[in-house]
Amino acid sequence: MKNYIKYLPFLAIGLLSCEPEFDDAIEENEVYTPGEADFSNYVSLGNSLTAGFADNALYVQGQENSYPNILAGQFELVGGGEFTQPLMADNLGGLLLNGTQITNNRLVLSSNAGQPVIPPTPIAGTPQTEVTNKLSGPFNNMGVPGAKSYHLVAPGYGAAAGLPSQANPYFVRFSTSETTTVLADAAAQNPSFFSLWIGNNDILGYATSGGTGEDQAGNLDPSTYGGNDITDPNVFGGVYTQLINEMSANASGGVVYNIPNVTDIPFFTTVPNNALVLDAATAGSLTGFFQAVTGIFTQGLIQQGVPPAQAQALAAQYAITFNEGPNRFLIDVPATQTNPLGFRQMQEGELLLLTINQGALAQGYGSVALSPAVLQVLGILQQGGTPTQEQAQLVLGAVNGIDDKDALDSSELSAISNARLSYNSTIQSLAQANGLAFVDVDALLQSVGQGLSFPGGIITSDFVTGGGFSLDGVHLTPRGYALVANETLKAINQTYGSNLPEVNVGEFGTISLSDNVN
Amino acid sequence: MKNFLISGMLIIFASASVYAGGYRVAAQGQRALAMGHAGVGVVNSAEIAFFNPSGMVYLEDKFTVSAGVTGVFSNVKWQNTSTGQFAETQQGAGTPFYLHAAYKVNEWLSLGLSVTTPYGSSVEWEPDWAGSHLVNDINLAAIFIQPLVSIKLSEHFSIGGGPIFVTGNVNFNRNANRTLTDEQGNRSNITVDDTGVSNTGWSGSFMFTPVKELRIGFNYRSEILLNAEGGEAVFSDFPNSTLTPQNGTTTFNATLPLPAELTIGFAYEPNEKWLFAFDYQRAFWDVYNSLDIEFGNPNVPTSINPRNYKNASIYRFGAQYKATDNVTLRAGYYFDESPVQAGFFAPETPRNDGNGYTAGLSFQVSEKLAIDASFLYLRFEEVDASYDSYFENGQSVPFSGTYKSNAFLPGLGVTYKL
Repeated sequence: MKNYIKYLPFLAIGLLSCEPEFDDAIEENEVYTPGEADFSNYVSLGNSLTAGFADNALYVQGQENSYPNILAGQFELVGGGEFTQPLMADNLGGLLLNGTQITNNRLVLSSNAGQPVIPPTPIAGTPQTEVTNKLSGPFNNMGVPGAKSYHLVAPGYGAAAGLPSQANPYFVRFSTSETTTVLADAAAQNPSFFSLWIGNNDILGYATSGGTGEDQAGNLDPSTYGGNDITDPNVFGGVYTQLINEMSANASGGVVYNIPNVTDIPFFTTVPNNALVLDAATAGSLTGFFQAVTGIFTQGLIQQGVPPAQAQALAAQYAITFNEGPNRFLIDVPATQTNPLGFRQMQEGELLLLTINQGALAQGYGSVALSPAVLQVLGILQQGGTPTQEQAQLVLGAVNGIDDKDALDSSELSAISNARLSYNSTIQSLAQANGLAFVDVDALLQSVGQGLSFPGGIITSDFVTGGGFSLDGVHLTPRGYALVANETLKAINQTYGSNLPEVNVGEFGTISLSDNVN
Repeated sequence: MKNFLISGMLIIFASASVYAGGYRVAAQGQRALAMGHAGVGVVNSAEIAFFNPSGMVYLEDKFTVSAGVTGVFSNVKWQNTSTGQFAETQQGAGTPFYLHAAYKVNEWLSLGLSVTTPYGSSVEWEPDWAGSHLVNDINLAAIFIQPLVSIKLSEHFSIGGGPIFVTGNVNFNRNANRTLTDEQGNRSNITVDDTGVSNTGWSGSFMFTPVKELRIGFNYRSEILLNAEGGEAVFSDFPNSTLTPQNGTTTFNATLPLPAELTIGFAYEPNEKWLFAFDYQRAFWDVYNSLDIEFGNPNVPTSINPRNYKNASIYRFGAQYKATDNVTLRAGYYFDESPVQAGFFAPETPRNDGNGYTAGLSFQVSEKLAIDASFLYLRFEEVDASYDSYFENGQSVPFSGTYKSNAFLPGLGVTYKL
């Protein structure tokens, strides 16, 4: 008997090591297959959206929720390797250049006694990410915030000496040399699979500046472009072809993304162009004001010798009527022969930027600064009197249209749209020609705009509350990036015959709350 | 002094993993455990004090003591094939123990004492795992102290029972929700902790012996509600915002029920060598309707966690064979029906129906001392399950997946008689 007893401990230990096993265990790679793709060395190439930029900054938590990092987590289920990112030093997000802060900390939603404070403000603290502290790579995530298409192939884009105009501080942190390009550093990693989402900034720089830059259509030399310009579609097409060719040289496959419409981004949709809400009395006095403007301007033209009928016809455009309730704002436009005063009421579809001074809007920015002096002149006019030259000028000068930098008018919007549609057709046709997976981000963000439901809520494009967009109104939240990752996984499965699972978007956060603000 | 001792014991024996329905831990005697934990009709040792105190009076010896401890090695794995997520619980050895004593005052009266840990749970998932909004880790333990009396009314019939003094502790941590973090990205979480939660109950039993070879037993242990009042709730890693709860400590109240348990069974001893036992047990888990955690801070809403347990049955079969004068072999099986209903499968007690396979032996070292060993392998079928009572924005957010678990329980004890 003793002989048997002495074996009992061994029997026990043997049994204790018997862990339960699933019939088909995810952990043992028994559930998913990569199809024709090889995810062992995935490299992502792109701009801020690829880097995980959110809330107007790049910070660790955002990087951890970048869509490439989310994808890499799923790729791990089918042999994907480690996915490295050039992580920032902290969760504050600001950059230091030689000890001086050059970009703002991330935005957070602060609160006061249980009520959120709008607009969001940067989180307090001194960031620790020094641009000149070189990180040793290579890094799988080659997303560089701020990069336009042609920046990815620009030598010196990662050279500290080229800051601030010729180089990008984010790429300076991890470029492999002063002369390298983002593409060269990405391709040198010999990716087995890649993603490419580029081109957003080729129109966004222009759009977020309110169209103050130039549409460079026809100019094939990007070295002459300004930061707020629209990239010529042929330049974009040439660069994009090069990017795909070099990235797919030894890759089993890749995935590319198109460019969403600015009208699906809260930065351009949060402040409506008809937010001039008036009571009946104010509407009446504004209408009266513009009748006065029309009258003054007609008289002025006639005095300059313009025939009265022609003068009245030209001035009639300024007889803007206002109604009780919401009215469209006025914007400044270049003065022309047909619009000599250089302002007009906004038209349907024209957009105001999130960064517009909303306090000023409430004080007459976008309509009229009705000062007591102006009201006095209006009184004179009402009583049939004739104002002096100065008084007339006072009235005309009271018109306070919205500046170009705060709005996108119809011509600016069509310039953006023309370029975007051209980029998108390039992207889609190159994806098709190269057998790459294609993600229609444009369609995805349109559906977010209409509201996408998931177990636990609904994701919309509403600023702050919608859950899809971060507090800068342009970049996505972790939940928004998770949506992009899921669309990517669908596209990859479809193209390469893999069966990668999608992530649970409800497990990804939205905006950050903190009262640690200055 | 008594409280101090009990707390000390709690610390040592705190982590008893769940391996029976709900958070019942059936390991209150190695001899019974080796026979499928059937024992309501088995007059064998002082273990009867727990299984059926009325049987103590039939013990032949003047004074007999049984004590032992069991190592619980349980594993739970979870995976969700729609998202590719997987997780498993940390391997930690729980140690339920028992001490039973029976003293024969005279031919018709016996007194006894039973100290056991019949309820407990220790489940530790990886921090911030996919189900961390439901549980990161939980540790609960309860010690039963039962002074008992057994009275022989006739050769054929006896009764027994006594009060139950319970003291328990609980420690439960989970994340505030699926996404909230502090400024550094740490997930906001809440820990509730309370020790020395005590209450009382009672047990009552009888034993009917129609013929020498057959004993029929009945035992009932009452429901006991462990009311944690004024326990400590710690809010950690919340952001500095007036839109969320503040970090810090507040109090909490919660009630964890230990359900009533009714057991009917028999033991049949056809000859000197063999004994067969069967128990039917009914656990009245329907008392566990919801785990509501009410916080002292009025700004924090009560956490309501529906459980909706149902009453559950357990069927226990065991056999004993006296191989030699010194060696007795035992084997058994039980089927343990889970009290958890569909849609209420919470990962803090991740248990579906289980099949327990048991074996063991006693070795009579001397006239007075025997060593009792037992081994239980508890097997659960792979199960697709979900917990549907977690809500965000008023919408149910089911936590679902496939669970697979097992447990191994080697146990060792001694039986001493005077």
